[in-house]
Amino acid sequence: MKILVPVKRVIDYNVKPRVKADGTGVDLANVKMSMNPFDEIAVEEALRIKEAGKAEEVVAVSVGPAKAQETLRTALAMGADRAILVQTDDEVEPLAVAKILKAIVEAETPGLVILGKQAIDDDSNQTGQMLAALLGRPQGTFANTVEVDGDSVIVKREIDGGLETVKLTMPAIVTTDLRLNEPRYASLPNIMKAKSKPLDTKTPADYGVDTAPRLKTLKVAEPPVRQAGVKVADVDELVAKIKALGIA
Amino acid sequence: MKTLVLVEHDNASVKDATLSTVTAAAKLGEVHLLVAGSGCAAVADEAAKIAGVGKVHLADDAAYEHQLAENVAPLVASLMESHDAFLAPATTTGKNIAPRVAAQLDVMQISDIIGIEGDKTFTRPIYAGNAIATVESSDTKLVITVRGTAFDKAAAEGGSGTVEAVSGPGDAGTSSFVGSEIAKSERPELTSAKVIVSGGRALKDADTFKEYIFPLADKLGAGVGASRAAVDAGYVPNDFQVGQTGKIVAPEVYIAIGISGAIQHLAGMKDSKTIIAINKDEDAPIFQVADIGLVADLFKAVPELTEKL
Repeated sequence: MKILVPVKRVIDYNVKPRVKADGTGVDLANVKMSMNPFDEIAVEEALRIKEAGKAEEVVAVSVGPAKAQETLRTALAMGADRAILVQTDDEVEPLAVAKILKAIVEAETPGLVILGKQAIDDDSNQTGQMLAALLGRPQGTFANTVEVDGDSVIVKREIDGGLETVKLTMPAIVTTDLRLNEPRYASLPNIMKAKSKPLDTKTPADYGVDTAPRLKTLKVAEPPVRQAGVKVADVDELVAKIKALGIA
Repeated sequence: MKTLVLVEHDNASVKDATLSTVTAAAKLGEVHLLVAGSGCAAVADEAAKIAGVGKVHLADDAAYEHQLAENVAPLVASLMESHDAFLAPATTTGKNIAPRVAAQLDVMQISDIIGIEGDKTFTRPIYAGNAIATVESSDTKLVITVRGTAFDKAAAEGGSGTVEAVSGPGDAGTSSFVGSEIAKSERPELTSAKVIVSGGRALKDADTFKEYIFPLADKLGAGVGASRAAVDAGYVPNDFQVGQTGKIVAPEVYIAIGISGAIQHLAGMKDSKTIIAINKDEDAPIFQVADIGLVADLFKAVPELTEKL
């Protein structure tokens, strides 16, 4: 079996995003970028399944600008076998990404596609579900545990009230939650080795996908600023404040 | 505009998250509901009483019992032939099903909206709530998930909707429900609690978390939350987690104890009306958003606070 892992290059999760003064978006010039944290977990999970002898090949794919190559090289350094970059400078919405991924899935026929549950920039939480819908395949979203069992996969999912387990017939789509695993660091020799692993570059047009956005961003603004309040000196003063709020 | 709202339920009663989604839907037009489940006629009757609701579509079939997205999404997609917008609460159920519906209808979903600016214009937070985007859809049908804390709850009584049975394609046959582990709690549900007491890494372990956080929460009738650090360290189960990747809450009062205030945590609670922070590090970022702060050792301050309240 082959596993396909889509990864996204996003602003590093430790960076505080700054909204551009003209309200057109978030300023990404000279900002540190990294692999979306949920996608690192997806790569790690794919590698663990391969290491358990349940998959032969892990293919990383990214849709984005030329610099997304770096993100793919990171996936290769972690242990992915090869990579595909679908290069475009446009912002591509989840629906279009899902359509590109559908075409890649049809060409590569993986048994599993493992994606992050959401990208920490657009916070959409859509692509995996959309891909599953377009392919007519089952989905195991917000995965906490993934277990490949013959031609099905058992996914324990994080839901609002706790956990839920579903059994999916493969090929299936899985999206990762944070607690699925602890991603490995790429060692220096593996980073060197990753430079010579195959990386194909394609374009959305190669897959016949129109990436024109369906949603027009009219404006991006700073959220209302919360002001720091008062500091109280001791517990008695805090008790008085809490009582004044009328909750005790 | 005719809207269809996904009713969040457990086959026995309507969950609160539905009510704020109804409020959002009512701003767009006529509100119809969908109750998809098994043996859930009582849920449909309860849903019909929600203020402002017109028709309640009841799809009662074993295939919908656990609301598997593979089975529910085609049902929703078929109902969308006669509706203009589909709205689901941005709960794990809604987030699981709605994008699948959107892709089936070939439209882009608008996730986690916090405001409605026009028929096709919405606001939603991006970058962990560090920016608010206003977006306009060019699709003919809308698929939306609604952030519950951003809209008032519709009244659960007073409506006079009519229940109509519908049927869908049934079981897609690609997925099945195996089981669930639902955390039982006497405390108010996190996303609808008026007061939340939340603990972080500084609580040290599961026992001290229980010993220090729970009595204070009980005293205040509060829900209990946690930072990702506390969840990852195993102090509490992961459904306690508040933040970008956990639950988004906006209670009247949020009491953050031993939580530094990382961007990802703030994303889940900074719309709380009043934020109280107890932390021994006076430079902790949480103090930049806290209305009331106490710089103190929580192991001394929290028991004292619990006792004096």
